[in-house]
Amino acid sequence: MSESLLTVRNLSVTYPGRTGMTHALRNASFELGRERLGIVGESGSGKSTMGRAILGLIPRPGIVSADQLDFAGRSLLANTDRDWQSLRGRRISMIMQDPKYSLNPVKRIGDQIAETCRLHLGSTRKDAESRALAMLEAVQIRNPDTVFTLYPHQLSGGMGQRVMIAMMLVAEPDLLIADEPTSALDVTVQNEVLRILDRLVSERGMGLLFISHNLTVVSSFCDRVLIMYGGRILEQCAAADLARAQHPYTRALMAATPSLDHPKAELATLVRDPSWLE
Amino acid sequence: MAGMIEIEDLRVTFGHGSRAVHAVQGLTLSIAEGESFGIVGESGSGKSTVLKALSGLIPSESRQLTVNGLPAAERRSKADRRHLQFVFQDPYASLHPRQTVDEALREPLVIHGLDDRDRRISDALREVGLSPEHRFRYPHQLSGGQRQRVAIARALILRPPVLLLDEPTSALDVSVQAEILNLISRLKQANKLTIILVSHDLGVVAHLCQRIAIMQFGKLVEVVDRDDLRSGAVGQAYTSRLIEASRGFVRNAD
Repeated sequence: MSESLLTVRNLSVTYPGRTGMTHALRNASFELGRERLGIVGESGSGKSTMGRAILGLIPRPGIVSADQLDFAGRSLLANTDRDWQSLRGRRISMIMQDPKYSLNPVKRIGDQIAETCRLHLGSTRKDAESRALAMLEAVQIRNPDTVFTLYPHQLSGGMGQRVMIAMMLVAEPDLLIADEPTSALDVTVQNEVLRILDRLVSERGMGLLFISHNLTVVSSFCDRVLIMYGGRILEQCAAADLARAQHPYTRALMAATPSLDHPKAELATLVRDPSWLE
Repeated sequence: MAGMIEIEDLRVTFGHGSRAVHAVQGLTLSIAEGESFGIVGESGSGKSTVLKALSGLIPSESRQLTVNGLPAAERRSKADRRHLQFVFQDPYASLHPRQTVDEALREPLVIHGLDDRDRRISDALREVGLSPEHRFRYPHQLSGGQRQRVAIARALILRPPVLLLDEPTSALDVSVQAEILNLISRLKQANKLTIILVSHDLGVVAHLCQRIAIMQFGKLVEVVDRDDLRSGAVGQAYTSRLIEASRGFVRNAD
């Protein structure tokens, strides 16, 4: 990958609690260029925390620390609220897992997307509306004019997810963080949504951080993969080499997944080794 | 010989008149004793509705609906209900938050008037791989995998011949899913259960089931053998599309 869009060195997130510190993310380091980078891991591995930390969305009393957290050559560590305002949604966007909880239920779809344009691009009302319509079309919504005037509860899961993608992409961000964008969708719809993301990465040269628990999706969709466990990045490898991964955890995850192509009499179960967290 | 479960022309309709939703439209299936039968389909295909209709949780119409040779009538006796037990998708929602594991497992025994309850409860816990220390815990003190084990124990404590599983592992991590799937297949062997597993994950269904029904829009698309599903030797275009989609993302050549 040519230039680095995002550089993360020793990023840690800790939450103080009554029983001591909880380490949600421990010394994570990686670089992201204009590529599709996957993050896989099970619940509690810190993959979503990573996405939120990059956007400065860790709620208090969480503590974020890093040696380096650079986006497009600028450090994010000393950002004020005002700095974040100009970055979030404009240059870095995040797609959340479930459209049901992430869209405003009392606002029409078109107005929600247009709001992004007016806020971040300073568009006029008319310009914002036409951009919103064009974006709905770009995410392959068949009748954008109708969807424009609907409320979120009138959409199916797949449509809602596409609307979210449209909303996040309308400001043409350089980096998109997608947190389980397809987990709530049916497999056939899932591949359509992936195709849209794929096209945007290759056409606009966007960087994509793709967070997922689904090894099949990540290995077939991403360029590179980070494997996370207990807040740590255990391993980084090319997505195509995931089947030949080195770390015992990655190998165990692969072995535990029931597969259509490789039948197993019994699924391998995971034996967790405390040394992985050292 | 008649199968363990015979379904002929099953219809489930929600609502009335012009707003009626035909969730299941004329489904015919026959499932043999001791068989592991899978149902796959996308959201809204009616796959869970079939299980609910079979267990009597929702009203349905059919030409024939028998379990273990007995007609599963509109109004079911306790004995009818003992034949079918259900494990639901979300272990966080299917256990009562203010009941301990012990109370959750005791309730079916009380309802069905079985004695020797303490022994049955401790046996059931051991069977699903939970230790005695879990017996007096509340659901919030258990992990997702442990909760699903409790739900399975609760279903099996009445020794039903048929176990209905509605997406039993889709809320769980891959490593926990592997443990639960292994547990289900071990219990099936040990208790000679007939199981019906509903899932959207072809990998899971093919792992556990010999025959698999594919549903779409409330209708049966086809019933295929596990090996045919793996080799792709299926009759319908929709099935092939589902198989292809579940293998992951394919980048277009252009």
